[in-house]
Amino acid sequence: MLHPTPTLKETPSQTAGPYVHIGMTPNFCGITGVIQADLGKTMINGAVQGERIDVVIRVFDGAGVPLADGVVEIWQADAGGNFAVATAPGSNAVPAFTGWGRQALSEAGEAVFETIKPGPVPGPDGKPMAPHIALWIVARGINIGLQTRLYFEDEAEANATDFVLNKIMDKRRRETLIARRDGSTYRLDIHLQGDKETVFFDM
Amino acid sequence: MSGIILPGADGMLFQRDRDWHPPADTPGYKSTTFRAPRHSLLALGPTRSEMTGPTFGHEKLGPLDNDLIRNFSQDGTDAIGQRMIVYGQVLDENARPVPNTLVEYWQANAGGRYRHKKEGYLAALDPNFGGFGRSITDENGFYHFRTIKPGAYPWPNNGNDWRPAHIHFSVFGHAFAQRLITQMYFEGDPMIWQCPIVSTIPDKAAIDQLIARLDRLNTTPMDALCYRFDIVLRGRRSTMFENKLEGN
Repeated sequence: MLHPTPTLKETPSQTAGPYVHIGMTPNFCGITGVIQADLGKTMINGAVQGERIDVVIRVFDGAGVPLADGVVEIWQADAGGNFAVATAPGSNAVPAFTGWGRQALSEAGEAVFETIKPGPVPGPDGKPMAPHIALWIVARGINIGLQTRLYFEDEAEANATDFVLNKIMDKRRRETLIARRDGSTYRLDIHLQGDKETVFFDM
Repeated sequence: MSGIILPGADGMLFQRDRDWHPPADTPGYKSTTFRAPRHSLLALGPTRSEMTGPTFGHEKLGPLDNDLIRNFSQDGTDAIGQRMIVYGQVLDENARPVPNTLVEYWQANAGGRYRHKKEGYLAALDPNFGGFGRSITDENGFYHFRTIKPGAYPWPNNGNDWRPAHIHFSVFGHAFAQRLITQMYFEGDPMIWQCPIVSTIPDKAAIDQLIARLDRLNTTPMDALCYRFDIVLRGRRSTMFENKLEGN
């Protein structure tokens, strides 16, 4: 059954609301004692290969105001271009590199991920995609989570042939996905609206 | 994720029916005004980056993580409110259970107040209620947790709007592109139909999918009501793997 017929409809999305931090980063908003550490806070749990980097995401609304009430999640490959392998149910194994991060946006609308630079991942056309990080943003006023990607400015050659970036017809808008390098830190500003509106995906 | 995705194996999730979900810009819910993208979303068949996703071992969970009546208790007594069990099955659009996936939930207390420094509602805080919990679905995709019924509360959207009693849910699935946040409402609640956030969903049948049913038979005598809330994630096309050419 390669093409089974769907029999159910996907549950409709609703806004994460202004208090998504309660549910997803409880320690961040002062609800302590329930869970030891907020999930996704730490992505590196041991010795890992690859270049250690910080990824700084800032999110702004259409009026240029920072989103102080949102959550950003990222999902990425490791330096070898592999995604973290699932741990078996009941297993105590935690991968040295999880590939997944979750951070609350601060009052300044900023989230910082301590991670490693991902390697290239095979694309659907069989060619490698440029190194990238998948992003997902939720907050009050976002009716369905916004999906996009972060690419690296020092991967210009790979970016030029990337299957996703090349789907963006307006080349100026490709720039909205390219993080700027500043030492070992990469910075990407997400704009939900306006002249610098980020390209978001329907995937 | 095992095996290599063959070239051309694109679009391995069912397309999202965006008419079933709320659109980005819904003026009745004013917070969307400056937060809704104006450009069309870029159509993109999921690649390996979206077809894979994080997993969470059971070791992450504590024994009280799915007990909101006790998991924040400061003095060892229960949170105040109408006691209830919420349970349900996480399925995909093919009606296949989604096992071993993380379900997180958060809610206001019985008075309708959140434990948050920006909360402006006058209702009292319950010192024994944090309002957060989580589960990992079992081998059949079921989750359950114990809580108290959240109260309805006012919010300043149009001056005197009220939210119906609800619980927020975050669900992962097995692919990053299955990620979903939604809200659960309660059967029979008249407040559902006046809420600007519920009304962001254009289709009444879609709204109905967010309403948990009272499960009278599973109600615990002299203890807790029971509500069932099933969650459906995006369906996955059967994927061609080099090591599993017959599909999955």
